[in-house]
Amino acid sequence: MKKLKQWIAAALAGVLALGVLTGCGQSGGSSSGSLESIKERGTIRIGVFSDKPPFGYIDSNGENQGYDVYLAKRLAKDLLGDESKVEFVLVEAASRVEYLQSNKVDLLLANFTVTKERAEQVDFANPYMKVALGIVLKDGGITSVDQLKGKTLAVNKGTTAETYFTENYPDINLLKFDQNTETFQALKDGRADALAHDNTLLFAWANENDGFEVGVSSLGSHDTIAPAVKKGNDELRSWVNDELAKLGEEKFMHKNYQETLLPYYGDDIDPEDVVVEGGALE
Amino acid sequence: MQSSGIQVLFEGANLSRLLGGLWVTLQIALISIAISAVLGVLFGIVMTSKSRVVRAVCRIYLEAVRIIPILVWLFIFYFGVTKALNIHLSGMFVSVLVFSLWGTAEMGDIVRGAVQSLPLHQREAGRAIGLTELQVYRYIIIPQAVRRLLPAAINLATRMIKTTSLVVIIGVVEVVKVGQQIIESNILNFPTASLWVYGLIFLLYFIICYPISLFSKRLETRWQS
Repeated sequence: MKKLKQWIAAALAGVLALGVLTGCGQSGGSSSGSLESIKERGTIRIGVFSDKPPFGYIDSNGENQGYDVYLAKRLAKDLLGDESKVEFVLVEAASRVEYLQSNKVDLLLANFTVTKERAEQVDFANPYMKVALGIVLKDGGITSVDQLKGKTLAVNKGTTAETYFTENYPDINLLKFDQNTETFQALKDGRADALAHDNTLLFAWANENDGFEVGVSSLGSHDTIAPAVKKGNDELRSWVNDELAKLGEEKFMHKNYQETLLPYYGDDIDPEDVVVEGGALE
Repeated sequence: MQSSGIQVLFEGANLSRLLGGLWVTLQIALISIAISAVLGVLFGIVMTSKSRVVRAVCRIYLEAVRIIPILVWLFIFYFGVTKALNIHLSGMFVSVLVFSLWGTAEMGDIVRGAVQSLPLHQREAGRAIGLTELQVYRYIIIPQAVRRLLPAAINLATRMIKTTSLVVIIGVVEVVKVGQQIIESNILNFPTASLWVYGLIFLLYFIICYPISLFSKRLETRWQS
């Protein structure tokens, strides 16, 4: 009896160990994201979103599309000679930093907003996009924040919009919600006179909802969105920076805006509110 | 511009992408369930061991798998192993590995419960007529235990199928993620896409899980007669 169980236990341990070992042999995978190893491999692995239009998404034919993807393809073309030499790794917001830290991607173009906390975990290259707060409201209303005094503004709890208005405009009444859908519903049914959120989101929303417009398109401090590399990978980071500067000369990011963001935002929006050209804010 | 949401399913390659995602879900689920069924029975028998050390080791394994969420295990094997040992495991492999570890532990506990619920005289009667230990298990313990554990095992299998939607966190795109991609990329032209896409996914899960329930019901009635 005892013997039988010991035997089974040993076999179980053996099977598990074997599984782990064969798994290990499965794929070698190069360990570093240096330019040399990328060229040797022949493809650059870039982490992008698969469900965040218009920045990184997958179209009905299963192709990667969007503002981030457009830039990624160009980087691959300039580094490896062909825009098909990019391997898109689909990342999630919750685990995108891990992909860089464990060398599963060389570069992250997943609409990554630059913050101090994140800069401790990854190295950011120069920005290619910016976001700020915007205010959306019924057509023909307000063009400056001061006109909102005494009125009701809908915001999301815990966002930069909430902190910004609480600190800077205490005489605007805030109506706070947890979910985007609730916040936008409050504006639609008139419980709120206006709504503040990231301007990149508002542009697309106002474009698809007739009768609403983005009254104030850029407000508060700008946040920037930049490519990220693994901490310490200065070689790739400076290559990306040089590349962004070079692309700036041919106004590449504006072309990108025309191709990927314009259909979502419509003609009313000034590209300068979103695009960062050449890796530098004016 | 806004049209009925059901069209979104037939737009481009959407339908075949959803089915492709379902295939990924099925592969992970079925391979892990098969591995768990075999290893789980063995593990369950080991868990009934008289040796305290063996029981303690089994207990630690079972509780570790139970207490630590599957999501964390996926992270540990996909990112952690790579960081610590510089070994790249594919997302698919890690998914099957983690789900097998989980399934084996849970299945083992189910088997242990079923084996221990059998009256001691069954085993003793077997020995009395001169069966070896192996034969006691083969002809007496396992056939009876399997009948008792079937409902719990089926429950575990369907739970494993549904939990596979977690694997997207390590980059494995299964049916639910494909659905989200379709919904999000069509949010402008098909605002009601979510209803139809999630409706179809619901149906697909049902088509997979329901036959398993039916199968177990048939087995139970057959064994009763």
